[in-house]
Formats: sequence, structure tokens, C-alpha cells
Amino acid sequence: MGQIVQDLSGELAQLFLSILGALPFILGYVALILLSMFIWTFLRAQMGRVRDYTSLKTVTFGDESAVISDKAASVISIVLIFVIWGAFTGSNWLPGPLHAPGPFVGEDAFTYTIEGPNGAQADATVYVSVHPQGVAPVPPEFDEGTGPIRNDSVVVQAYRSKLISWDANDDVTRDDGVKIVAVDGRAIDADTDVDVGFGRVALTDKGTLNFEPGQGWQMENIWLPAPDSVWRRLVSVSADGYQNVTLAEHLSYSLFRVIVGFALGALVGIPLGYAMGLSNWFRGWFDPIVEFMRPVPPLALIPLVIIWAGIGEQGKIILLFLAALWIMAIGARSGVSGVKITKVHAAYSLGASKWQILRHVIIPNSLPEIFTAARVAMGVCWGTVVAAELVAAEKGVGKMIVAASKFQDTDIVLMGIILIGIIGFGIDMLMRWAERVLVPWKGKG
Amino acid sequence: MTGLVIDKLSMRFDLPNGGAVQALQDVSLDLKQGELLSVLGPSGCGKTTLLNIVAGFLAQTEGEVRLNGKTVHGPDAQRGMVFQQGALFEWMSVRDNVSFGPDMKGTPKAESRKTVDHLLNVVGLQDFKDKMVYELSGGMQQRVALARCLANDPDVILMDEPLGALDALTREKMQSLVLKLWKETGKTIILITHSVEEALLLGERLVVMAPRPGRIHKEYRLPFADLGVNADLREVKKHPDYNATREEILNMIWNMEEEIMGRSEETA
Repeated sequence: MGQIVQDLSGELAQLFLSILGALPFILGYVALILLSMFIWTFLRAQMGRVRDYTSLKTVTFGDESAVISDKAASVISIVLIFVIWGAFTGSNWLPGPLHAPGPFVGEDAFTYTIEGPNGAQADATVYVSVHPQGVAPVPPEFDEGTGPIRNDSVVVQAYRSKLISWDANDDVTRDDGVKIVAVDGRAIDADTDVDVGFGRVALTDKGTLNFEPGQGWQMENIWLPAPDSVWRRLVSVSADGYQNVTLAEHLSYSLFRVIVGFALGALVGIPLGYAMGLSNWFRGWFDPIVEFMRPVPPLALIPLVIIWAGIGEQGKIILLFLAALWIMAIGARSGVSGVKITKVHAAYSLGASKWQILRHVIIPNSLPEIFTAARVAMGVCWGTVVAAELVAAEKGVGKMIVAASKFQDTDIVLMGIILIGIIGFGIDMLMRWAERVLVPWKGKG
Repeated sequence: MTGLVIDKLSMRFDLPNGGAVQALQDVSLDLKQGELLSVLGPSGCGKTTLLNIVAGFLAQTEGEVRLNGKTVHGPDAQRGMVFQQGALFEWMSVRDNVSFGPDMKGTPKAESRKTVDHLLNVVGLQDFKDKMVYELSGGMQQRVALARCLANDPDVILMDEPLGALDALTREKMQSLVLKLWKETGKTIILITHSVEEALLLGERLVVMAPRPGRIHKEYRLPFADLGVNADLREVKKHPDYNATREEILNMIWNMEEEIMGRSEETA
């Protein structure tokens, strides 16, 4: 027990340190938010005052109705995300001056100084050529020179480093007791690096030079691809597919699972909820089951479902069915319980039969609750299907991003995440729209 | 034999803690066709219980209710009900709410349409037929509730504080409307209210109930409802007997409330 507490406090300390490290970035972002707010407020003041009712309220701090989502802030926030993303990835979509300093690319040179066992010193130059990833390297043209120590060259890919066997072409080598003592005139040893302006030069324990070109502030493509490369990937994957599966196929499989799983869950869950809302016996029978299953996250069922039903469609649809079932049952149950008794009494004294009361009073009265439950269930199903596909699937967006992550195709991973977000958002919008059209009386009773 | 007979009605039920509540004891009333009875009483006197038993939503433990000679079991379309609020179906238009009774009976829309339109005219909602009920004000919603009840052509209309949730001005207008509908349709009406004024103005007969056990304390026959059918209700209030009766009833109810308070203090 003591060991666990000790380990966990160690983790907590680590976490705290990394938060501390991120603090400058968080503060910088907050500063950007405030700065754009002041600029926008100033600009709007120049454009003339708005004279609506809200603008005449003197108490706005704490008045919920006076707080309206500022459209300008939303637009600036989205644009800023893309600008920051583009700036730190060197995107083509962003004009060059807005880019954060990129990695060093091109040719340059540095000199090193060797010292023989007798104390004699000599200089030589290393010609460096740094090429970006995916571009054929061009060895630098250089003159080896003459003398005991000749000039060297090195070809490096950006963000990588390379060892330079500086004595390979020399008459005297490390075996003769010759070692490097300085780079660009500055002293160097195994513990000290030298910054040559376009990269760092270090000395290994064995006396070899190690050159690492300057990385700048931009993220390497495999960490964070530029927005335009994500877009290009989207275009190419939707046209040609990824690993022989088209994007449409991935998306259709995921959506198919969600829709079928949700539909089955609703088909069983709604009648179950009605039965629980209308009969003591059914309420007593299913309450313990529903109340137990509800807090179990559907994700926790994935391993069991895979053991039982394998990784095919059946397993996933069972999982989504279970994810939707309890939510729909609880929604339908509370929809039925929410019927005002006066409505039911009124219908009875207007001559309605039990069946007519179910059809004309209880069902329409419970529809708003059922729609709310359906919105929640669709959201949960969408999240669950992606997670299930991450674990095991042949096709599907989740499968696509997990496969891409194994090949470090980060642009596909990112594209998949963005698509998952957009589709989830789209589903929710669709449900809201259906709710507005189909149950306009929601909240009006 | 037409009319509503409430015959020695008693209702008693057990509480989970072993005690029992005598909600009603030996309540008897005899209403002729077309009479308007208002029921007053302090809270807990069983007036809503009485109405629910007559409507058929609750079962009595002794006695019986007879409508036109037949014993009443459960709710049906002969005893219409108007509630305080929230009993309209907000997923239906005004017209569909009013035609709910005929629709349930299976009357074709084309047939019930005339009645529905007529009733909506009577309650002054001819311009709101196709609105949804949630688009109407509280007073208009109660007009819909009245029209919906009348569309079913019940023998008895039971009103459970139908105007209780309305503001004072709307309430006065609605009181006139209730009187007008009562005279025009000749329905038997039982009206439960908290307002002594409303009970006096609308009740041709008035019953004051007393609590613990719920029973009839005193019964009045009043001239004001008949006067109010043709005159402004504010004129009716100037009648010499009006203020005297009101004071008498208010005192009566006040004393009952005092007694309840005293009794509960003793038990505490």
C-alpha cells in the first residue's frame, strides 16, 4: 500500500512538472485570447454602438441572459487554431513570414581544430548539406585540400543527426593520438557541445564528431503534419483509399455499425422503458439490471464481446446495441413517468381507452425524453464504435487511424480524428434538427 | 330519474405507519340536472377527493355515486373534467384538443367539425383554432379546456379549481364565461374552488366542507349565479346579501383553520 502511494505521488510530481513546463504556452494562449478581445472590442467601438436591449443592461456580470456566444470570438478562435497549427508546421497555406523558424535546410560549413600528441594544431572544414525528408540528398561540392588533415563533408536529413568520421581521409588518425579540441574556434570535449549557428556539434566518447542540424521551432511531420498535408491526404485517401480500403468504405462501415446498433437498441430499449414505466412488476424486474448495466462503460465490454462474438460485425453491433439499450430504456421510462396525471385523467374522462391513452397521450408525451436519450445514445455509440475499431476491426475509421499510427502516417491519424469529430458533430446536429421538427412541443407542457 | 346522487360516501385508507385517514365521512348530495354546486373548504377537507371519486379516479370505501340512476364505476365520458392547468395535450392543435373526445369515440372529423367550430366560437377562440396550445396564454388555455370538455357533451362537468392559476382580471372574465356556458348548455356542474368570492358568484348551491374527517359542514342556496348570468359580476357583488354571506363563510373557514392549527399544536 505504502509503495502504491509512493509510486502515485511520484507520478503526480512528474505530471506537475510537465504542467509547469507547459505553463508558458498556456499563458501565451490566454494572452492571445485577451489581446484579440481588446482589439475586437476596440474595432467594434469604432464601428458605432449597438443599441439593443441587452446593451442597456448595466448588470451583465452574473446575468446569464446577457452572456451570448460572441460569433467573432468563435471565428477568431478557429482561425487562430489553424494559424498556430500552420505556423508550427511550416504550412504552405500560411505566408512565410508567419511561419515559426523552421529546421535548417541547405549547405553550410564549420571548421574543427585537431591537436596532435606533440601539441601541434591544424584546422579543417566540414561541408554540411541538410536536406528535408523526402528530397534526394545532394552531397556538397568541396575541395578536400591537402595536408595531414583534409576537409570532410556530411549529408544529413533535417531533424536527424549524423556521425562524422573526420579522420577517415586523413594521414594521421585518432589511433595516432590526434584529437579534436575545438570547433569553429571554440573548445569542445565529450561534455560540451558547440552551436555552429545552423546546428549543434558534439564529440562522442570515441572522439567522433556528431552533427545535428538546427531544428527550429517547427514540429516534424511525423509528430504534427501541416494542415495542407492533412488535406492532401484526405483528398488522396478519398480517391485511392488507404491500404486498399477507400475512405468511403471506412466511414460507411463505422456509420453502418452505429446506425444498426442504435436502431436495435432503440427497438428493444423503448418498449422496455415503456414496460418499466407502466408496470410495477416490470419496473421491479428490470430496475436492478438497468441500474447495474448503466454505469458500466460500453468500452469495458469490448474484451468480453470480442471473446464471445469475435472481431466481426456481430460483436460490434452487439456492443453498440448494449451501449444504446440502457440509455434508451431509461429515457423511455422517464418519459412515461413524466406524464402529468391530469393529462391521463382528462383523457379517461373524455372517454379514451387504455390503448388510446398509450397511443395519444403517453407516447407523444414521452417523445421529447426519448429524443434526448437518442441524442445521448448516438453520441455514446459513435464514441464506442471508434474505440471498438481501435481494438479490433477490418474496416472503419477507428481501424484506419490505428493502422496509420503503426506506419507513423500521422496525417492520416489526424485526418481520421477530424473526420470523427465532424461526423459526431453532424450526427448531433441532425438529431437536434429532427427533434425540432418532430417534437416542437418539447419543454412547452 | 336524472341528476347526480352522492349517497353516504365515505373514504378511509391506511397509512404505511399503521394509522388511517378518514378522508370523507358520510357525504351526501343530491344534484338535479342543470344545477351548479360550488364546494369550499379549508385545505385537507377532502373536496378534491370527493371530486375524484365522482369522476371515477378514486374508489370510495362506503356509499355510492349514481348518475341518472346508474352507479358510477371508473371514469367515463359522461362526467367531464376541467383541471386547474396542464391537462391539455401540447402535441395537438387547439382544434385537435377540442375534438379529442369525439375522435376517441370514432366520430369522423367531418362530423365533429361543426360542434368543435361552434364551441371555439362560444369560448372566443375562433381565431386560434390552428394554433398549438402552448402558443396560447393561460386564460385561453382554460377556454380550450372548457370547450374540450363540452365537445364531449357530458352530463356532468367536474371542475377542480379551473380558474385557480389565472390572474385576477382574466379570472373575472372566465367566471362570466362559466356562468354563460352553464346557462346555455344546462349542464350539471360541480366546481371546487379556494376562492370564497368565486364560490358565491358561481354557485347556485354552495357547500362548505370541514376537515378531519372530510364532511359537509353547511349548505347554502344562493341567488348570485342567476343574477350573474345577465349582469356584470361587479354589480352582483353589490347585492346586500353578498357581503354578509361572504363574511359568514370566511369566518367559518377561518375558525376551521384555527382549529386545525390548534389541534396539530396539541399533537406536537
